[in-house]
Amino acid sequence: MHFAVLQFPASNCDQDCVHGIRVLGHTAGLVWHKDTTLGAPDAVIVPGGFSYGDYLRCGAIARFSPVMQAVKQFADNGGLVLGICNGFQILCEAGLLPGALVRNRDLQFHCEQVFLKTASRTSPFTSQIPAGKILRIPIAHGEGCYFADAETLAQLQAGDQILWQYCDQAGELSEPANPNGSLLNIAGICNAARNVAGLMPHPDRASEPLLGSTDGRLIFASMLHALAQRTAPAAVAAAAPVAQAA
Amino acid sequence: MKAKIVITPKKAVLDPQGKTVQSALEHMGYTGVAGVHVGKYIEIDLAPGTDREAARQALDTACHRFLSNPVIEDYKLEIAD
Repeated sequence: MHFAVLQFPASNCDQDCVHGIRVLGHTAGLVWHKDTTLGAPDAVIVPGGFSYGDYLRCGAIARFSPVMQAVKQFADNGGLVLGICNGFQILCEAGLLPGALVRNRDLQFHCEQVFLKTASRTSPFTSQIPAGKILRIPIAHGEGCYFADAETLAQLQAGDQILWQYCDQAGELSEPANPNGSLLNIAGICNAARNVAGLMPHPDRASEPLLGSTDGRLIFASMLHALAQRTAPAAVAAAAPVAQAA
Repeated sequence: MKAKIVITPKKAVLDPQGKTVQSALEHMGYTGVAGVHVGKYIEIDLAPGTDREAARQALDTACHRFLSNPVIEDYKLEIAD
């Protein structure tokens, strides 16, 4: 599989994302923000950083860059798009995901390891995360407090669109485990069609034992699994549930 | 002619900056402060001869699409001489 990783002025996790995919035996390449096409990737990652200096609002300027038109079209056609940290903010600003990310409630920039509960394993971004596993993945952001109005939150819950929530080591969704004040401890969500997702924690920074965790690989592996199923012959796809049951 | 745009956080959105400023004002002895909301101010210089109403309509759209995020912010737009 081939992943396109976008590169904006002041992206700083683009190479980490490329590495995160290559370490799983697949290819990834950078796509410049002024490009109007993505090439022919199987999936797109919008990486973390401080695109356009975070001027005006995080992601507000990046969303109007030429490459984002191509990403929107790719997503509209059902392509898998993952936004990480600043990438999550960009996807919200672009309207590809509902809600917004605002200033952390304590006004501090948080750079630390957090624990995440996978709230829904029924998505192309979470299917390969073992049931009940608590992920340990770092965050690094000043504006990661997820906000949406009550109606949108109800839709997210009804649609099983909340993918990850901040929790403590035991998996409890507590206030002290919520690093930024996000509503419902939300760390990541997907759209109604389940092909676009975003999260504030960095799976790309948890893809090597040297970095202290390889839990991030489970998110990339889930995307690769979903892509493999899409391209698999019908007979193989039909056999999959039997293999899972065994 | 100038466009003056004031952007404030929506009431439902957590405004830790406003709360911190409010608390500081109270500590300094300023009484009667019921709430503080910290936002942004944007001033746009309009080229001479610009049609006032056309500029207002165009900037209203720009405020909605780009200068503010309607999910979390409200804005007020004023065209001043």
